[in-house]
Parts: sequence; C-alpha cells; structure tokens
Amino acid sequence: MANKIRVATTSLGGCFGCHMSFLDIDERILELAEVAEFDRSPLTDIEHCTNSDIGLIEGGVCNSENVHVLREFRKNCKIIVAVGACSINGGLPAMRNHIPLEECLNESYRDGIGVENAQIPNDPELPLLLDKVHPIHEIVKVDYYLPGCPPSADVFWKFLTDLIAGQEPSLPYDLVHYD
Amino acid sequence: MYENLETAENPDNLKRVVIDPVSRVEGHGKVTLLLDENNKVKQARLHIVEFRGFERFIQGRPYWELPVLVQRLCGICPVSHHLAAAKAIDQLVGVDPENLPPAADKLRRLLHFGQVMQSHSLHFFHLSSPDLLFGFESDISKRHILAVLEAHPDIGLQGVKLRKFGQEVIRMVSGKRIHGTGAIAGGMNKALTKAERDYLKADVEQMITWADAAVALIKKVHCSNLPYYDDFGTIATNYLSLNKPNGALELYHGGIRVKDPQGKTLLEGFDYCDYNKIIHEEVRPWTYMKFPYLTDIGKEDGWYRVGPLARINNCDFIDTPLAEKARVEFKQHGGGQAMVHSTLAFHWTRLIEVLHCAESIKQLLDDPDILDSSNLVAQGEKRFSGVGVIEAPRGTLFHHYEVDDNDIVTKANLIVSTTSNNMGMNESVRQVAAEYLSGQELTEPLLNNLEVAIRAYDPCLSCATHAVGKMPLQVELVNAEGDLINKVMKHSDGQLEKLI
Repeated sequence: MANKIRVATTSLGGCFGCHMSFLDIDERILELAEVAEFDRSPLTDIEHCTNSDIGLIEGGVCNSENVHVLREFRKNCKIIVAVGACSINGGLPAMRNHIPLEECLNESYRDGIGVENAQIPNDPELPLLLDKVHPIHEIVKVDYYLPGCPPSADVFWKFLTDLIAGQEPSLPYDLVHYD
Repeated sequence: MYENLETAENPDNLKRVVIDPVSRVEGHGKVTLLLDENNKVKQARLHIVEFRGFERFIQGRPYWELPVLVQRLCGICPVSHHLAAAKAIDQLVGVDPENLPPAADKLRRLLHFGQVMQSHSLHFFHLSSPDLLFGFESDISKRHILAVLEAHPDIGLQGVKLRKFGQEVIRMVSGKRIHGTGAIAGGMNKALTKAERDYLKADVEQMITWADAAVALIKKVHCSNLPYYDDFGTIATNYLSLNKPNGALELYHGGIRVKDPQGKTLLEGFDYCDYNKIIHEEVRPWTYMKFPYLTDIGKEDGWYRVGPLARINNCDFIDTPLAEKARVEFKQHGGGQAMVHSTLAFHWTRLIEVLHCAESIKQLLDDPDILDSSNLVAQGEKRFSGVGVIEAPRGTLFHHYEVDDNDIVTKANLIVSTTSNNMGMNESVRQVAAEYLSGQELTEPLLNNLEVAIRAYDPCLSCATHAVGKMPLQVELVNAEGDLINKVMKHSDGQLEKLI
C-alpha cells in the first residue's frame, strides 16, 4: 500500500469529459488499482492534495478558486499533466474570451428568456471570475500534455503505464487526436 | 417546508460551517451552514460557484455547430445536450419530431438509451455506492470506487461493465464515447453497420441480467434501512417530466406532464415548444444556479423536481417488462401512495431506468431500421426559432435557440436538468441539516450526510452552471462577534486537523 503511486485529479473549468474518458479504461481500473491509488479527486472524498506523484488537471482556469487549486496541485504533485483541450489552451469555455464578461453574465442573469428577479449573483461565497479563461501553463509549470477533447482512454492508459513503469511516456501516432 | 432556513435573520451573529467542495458529484458546488451558539442550524445553502457563459458565447455561431459545441457543457451527459440541440435545430430546418426518418429517430433513441445507462451506472456504482454499501458516516478512506471494487468485487465490476456497455452503444452510434458526432439537423449522419449491431447484441442479455440484479440490490439496501431511507432528505414536491402520449415512461420525446405532491395531474401532454409560458427562472444572489418554477403556481410553491424519481412517479407504466415489474414493486413499497417523495428513492428509480435502458437497447438492436442508411435526413422549410427538450439522465433538459437570416445564432436559453432540482436539493440539505444535524457538534462523517442528500439527485453541477471544478474542504467556526475561533482542515486520511 505504501509503495503505490499516488494519483491526484481535478477538474477546473472543464466539463468532466476527461475524467469520464479516464474511467473509460473500464475494467483496467483493477490493474491500475494494484499499482496506484487516488489522492484528491472527484472520485474520492479527499479534498486536499497531499504528496502525490502524478496530478492530472482537466479544464482551464476560469476563476480565482481554479488558480488556488491549480497551485495546490503544483505544490503537492511531482508531475503535473495538462489533460485535454481546455487545460492545454482554454478549450471551448475560452470562447468567452472575446466577449466582455459582463455581457456573458447579463445574458444569463438579466436578459435571458424567462428570467425573474434579474441580478448578477454577487455573494461573497462565490469566487471571483477571471476576465479571461487561461490555459494552465500560464499559471504553473506543466510537465506533460495529453491532447484531445477528451484524450481517449487508451491515451490515459499508455501514458500512465509508461510513467508508472519508469519510462518516458510516448504516444503512438494513432493515439494523438485533437478532437 | 424548510424555506425559513434559506436566509437567517441575523447572519452576523452566527458561525459559519462550509463543505467545500461537495465531493463525488459531477461539478463544482459547496454547502454553507450558519449556526447559533447552540449549534442550531439557522441557514443552509447549496451554492454553485462557477460560471461559463455558454448562452452568450454561442451567439454568432452557425446553428449546425450547436450539437457539437453544446455537448461540451458536460462530459457525463454529452449525448443529452447533443440531442436536445439536435431536436432544436431540426426545427430550424423545418423538421418536427414526427417527421424525422424512422431510422434517425431510432438511432437517436438508441444513442440516448446508451447515454442514460452509462450516466446512471456511473452515478450509482462509481460515486454513490460507497455511501450506500459502507454507510453514510463510514471511514473516509473507503468512500471511493476502488474500495467498492475491493470489498464487493462482483458488484463493482458489474457496475464498471454496465457503464462500459452504455459507452460502447454511444461509440457505435456516434463514433466516440465522449463528444462524438451523430445527430445533424433533420436526422443522423450514419446508420449502424451489421457488425456494429452484432457487437452490441453479443453483450446485451448479460447487461439486462446485471441491471436486474442492481435493482434488487438497491431495493435490499433501501428496505433494510427503514424508515431512515424513506425519511432522509425527503420533501413533498411537484414533479415534472416528459411522457409518452399513452402515459408511459419516456426518455427521448414527449409532452410535459406535471403532478402535484398528492399526485394530481396539473399539466398533461403540454407542448414543450411553449415552455416559456409555464416555466420562468428566478435569480438569487448567492448562487450561479437559477431557480425554475411553474408560473401558474408562482415563485413560492411552483418549484418542482425532475429526474428518475420524477419520471417514475409521473409515468403510468414502463413499456419494457422487467423495468415495469420493478416499477410496480417500487410503488408497492410506497404503500399505495400516489407519489413517492423519498429523496434516497432517486437511487432506486435510477436503477429501474438502467434496466429499462438495457431492455430498450435490446429491442432496438433487433429492429432492422437502425441498419437502414437509405433515409437518414429529412428537410423542411427554414424557421427562426427551435426548442429541443429531452429527458436527460438527471431530468428534463431544455434547449432553445433563435437564428437570423444567415443561420447565425442570435439567442440561446438552456434550462439544464440539475437547475430544475436546485430548490429540491437546497430543501433536502435544509431538511437534513434541521432534522439530523442541528444542535450537534459537526464532524466530518456528520457533514457527509449533507453530501449524501445532494448526491441522491446526481447533480451535474458542470451542466448547471455551464461550469465545473473542485475546491478544498475546510470548516470554520466563527463566534457571535464574527471572530474566527476554530478552523478545521480535513486531510487525505480523513483526520481533522485543528488549524486554530
């Protein structure tokens, strides 16, 4: 147990699709469980990243809390991996980058169809939104990038098994997709 | 019910406890409690803390991009968003649901049964089964899927494979397990090949058997913990769903049915294109998730629940035999009451739907239409507004788009399933806070109870805010003067560390 590789995962401004694709390793999760264990992850109730070997980051950076979580991962993970289009370049949520944030908020909370009690939510409990969505390498150093929307289960599998075996991960040509 | 706990009268004199993030749910939320000096709960809220702005940034895009753009709202139910958008853009090209070619209609249904099956299996086995099999206040180090696979290898592996099968159905129809391309305006882009059909047929009987066993498992779990499972987080509410015209359970297309807490039908066969006449959404400043309500009843009492519990409550029957048998047993457990309000019964109804999906997939795989590539797309007269509504895994999902002369999107409105359960989740949190936690010293296992109540709804908070993410758990106690007197951090081993 003590020698297992610790894998932490998080989703910042993403859609959870990369986590789903990771789970698409299906029954291979049993093989993974023999050599690895989860640290902080949406799949566990561990809510702080501690001394992990690999940190898988899905999603771009949309708000102040994302910045905080990303830094926590960098501090506590030996290897940080940008997983999927959003963490690598902002992805689909970055489509808001060419529109003033206020316009996006107005559309949802003031001018939307059937909106009542129109106002922009502003409670102190809500983290501050950033004016743009950023790829994670603008905030922390990133060691590896797994492309795809999402990267396929085989990409996760090849990458993790290479890394756990102690060799430099490499993806065969047919696994490299950007869609 | 518990609305009086939404906003405390004198928040400044209360201490704040926060669960952040709510874990083992899809997406990004937190719970805050305000307690008085006797630990009595005075305020409880589920906040959705992120925002992505889809409704604005898809404006200016051509409509045909919508099914592949908006499915990126959610990697768990991308097919539901894909198909809701497809149903909306069908209308933009002048094709109503009844005019869709039969092959396209059946392929879309097959795709969506795969979606509901995989999402429900994921939620039950990967996310919720640790609570249900080990107990709500069990050791934190056990509360994850790997521990379930170790302690209950048969159950865990069946769950993994049920989800896998749903994902494979999606891959066969749309080319990829997540964010594939299948539906286009007026139809589908390909039929199944015989080889693809046979590949799925090989496993489908086994899936029906396992899904049936999963229903038996949740029934046993539920009934061996009575009356707790009937009462925990339970609230009497209105329910909204799509239904077939004959009153059967429906996941792809139908009219809107609404029932009140006593089971009286308030709306029947309502055309969802007019959804804006019956549903409005209220904004509250403390969360990015809006609060939908039925305009006829009003903001106070017009809220409703959606999802598996609503669908099983609302339908008259299920048109596949094993799932119908399971539904009848479920209703019998309710003691003949018209509506079952138990929040934890969401799990039971969710698994009845997995069984229904497996049975329905088998029926569709036996239908030769799904191999017919001769007529996959219909065409009609251009329109400027389209509404697509579908029963996503988590409930009724509304997509509404308007376009200009150049087919560019000018307006978009999305009411995602989890948003419709916003008030329900908040009320369940308050019920648990008031009935099970109030007056006690709060510990990590006790706080998990609040998350158990939220998890029952299978909220997809990424959908709900068109946002996603995760945050740390930290509990702060603040005295009546507002000074921080106690700060506790939850660590990876489940130990609570006092920071102050």
